[in-house]
Amino acid sequence: MPQVKFIEFNGTEHNIDANNGDSIMVTATSNLVPGIDADCGGECSCATCHVLVGSEWQAKLKPVNDTEESMLDLNPDRSAESRLSCQIIMSDHLDGIVINLPEFQY
Amino acid sequence: MSEAAKLTDDPYSISLEDINVSNPNLFMNDNHWGYFERLRKEDPIHYCGESLFGPFWSVTKFNDIMEIEKNPGAFSSEGGITLGDQPEDFQTVNFISMDSPKHDVQRKAVTNVVAPLNLAKLEPVIRSRATKILDEVPTGEEFDWVNHVSVELTTQMLATLFDFPFEKRSKLTYWSDMATSGTLNGGPTPEPVRRAALLECLEVFTNLWNERVHRDPTEANDLITMMAHNPNTQGMDPMEYLGNLILLIVGGNDTTRNSISGGVYFLNQFPDQFAKVTKDPSLIPKMVPEIIRYQTPLAYMRRRATQDYEIRGKTIKKGDKVAMWYVSGNRDEEVIENPNEFIIDRDNPRHHLSFGFGIHRCMGNRLAEMQLRIVWEEILKRFKRIEVVREPGRTQSSFVKGYTDLKVVVTGR
Repeated sequence: MPQVKFIEFNGTEHNIDANNGDSIMVTATSNLVPGIDADCGGECSCATCHVLVGSEWQAKLKPVNDTEESMLDLNPDRSAESRLSCQIIMSDHLDGIVINLPEFQY
Repeated sequence: MSEAAKLTDDPYSISLEDINVSNPNLFMNDNHWGYFERLRKEDPIHYCGESLFGPFWSVTKFNDIMEIEKNPGAFSSEGGITLGDQPEDFQTVNFISMDSPKHDVQRKAVTNVVAPLNLAKLEPVIRSRATKILDEVPTGEEFDWVNHVSVELTTQMLATLFDFPFEKRSKLTYWSDMATSGTLNGGPTPEPVRRAALLECLEVFTNLWNERVHRDPTEANDLITMMAHNPNTQGMDPMEYLGNLILLIVGGNDTTRNSISGGVYFLNQFPDQFAKVTKDPSLIPKMVPEIIRYQTPLAYMRRRATQDYEIRGKTIKKGDKVAMWYVSGNRDEEVIENPNEFIIDRDNPRHHLSFGFGIHRCMGNRLAEMQLRIVWEEILKRFKRIEVVREPGRTQSSFVKGYTDLKVVVTGR
């Protein structure tokens, strides 16, 4: 099982065993990691599962597609590290990925 | 056949092709539910060939609505988000009725007003106003909750967001009502009256704009100052400014107002849920999105197909109007368990369509939730009971799903 390290805005860490094939969003919400709302349930259409991923891990992810881009673009707090966690699907090659949670979801 | 003649209480008494769910009287009489239930079962992508607004498609299932929301390339918002078209000679423009990229930059110009940090600053302001309004309602005698509480609270909030002269705030409610109740959208307000109201609104706000141009945008964070200083909005022409004002006024007013009233009404219909939240007010944050689902303050949003589009074996033709009926999707039993029940502690309460999804998703959704949360926190501190003494009056509109009055008697703690 690949592991995800979630770091809340206040610094609290959660190391979670993820199921291959689950999104990072599902991994967080099904393990009660706070800070992700995911109102749309994983449809890439609400942007309330916004997370921050450092460049070393970004390089291992599929690039942002048009739909994710259009949703991220609406967030005034967007940074170069911004991703929607419903669009990151866990697999062994992401074992150890570090996910930083923003202070707020919009 | 006239619109009125087609309207019956029994949705199975007419043929499918005669069903016209855009008829405002259906909503005014609260008769729409059965029609949508029938469409979800028998014809979820439904074509109505003849209506007050011309022909249009109805999309009635939750996941089909989501599919269309996610495809703004195939389903454009240009030209407006209500079924009624704007008159050629009086066209207001705003970002909800735009596609990318113009939509994105105009929306971003005002998003900060409802950014989380700003909401945190607004919370004590909203609470002190809610406190004052609720402290002043009469106990033990009948009064209208819509006027005394829902309208007052949302209008005060709106005046704050615009930094609008507080003593003239009832004008905001008036313009909001005029904007949505025109005959072209099936409402009662004659077109000349609607236009006069909107032009008055433009005049007042133009004066405010001319004043706010001189404000320091790093210090003032009201919506007008934001628009007057953002490069993406400062060059708007008058009809575009008016359009965006109406969008923000209606978006920030009508919807929350009717959800505040709706909550009172639903907790009367489901007294066990009222008992539950009275016993455990920590359920309020979960109850709030359920109120918003159950009310669905805007019944639909309109799109126009930019290409032929196949869905469930039907072909929506390029140029056709499409209504995504949130009010129906929010009662879709395939997605929401016991959808006709009002249940304040659902597992996933924010999974509803009332705010829309995709790039046009309601910008003020967290503000709306915060307002409702505060209202209910303050209500439960004060009142043992809010009894709805008769059926509420409902808005004559298939777009704004609201209440014209809600007569109640409250009992203090």
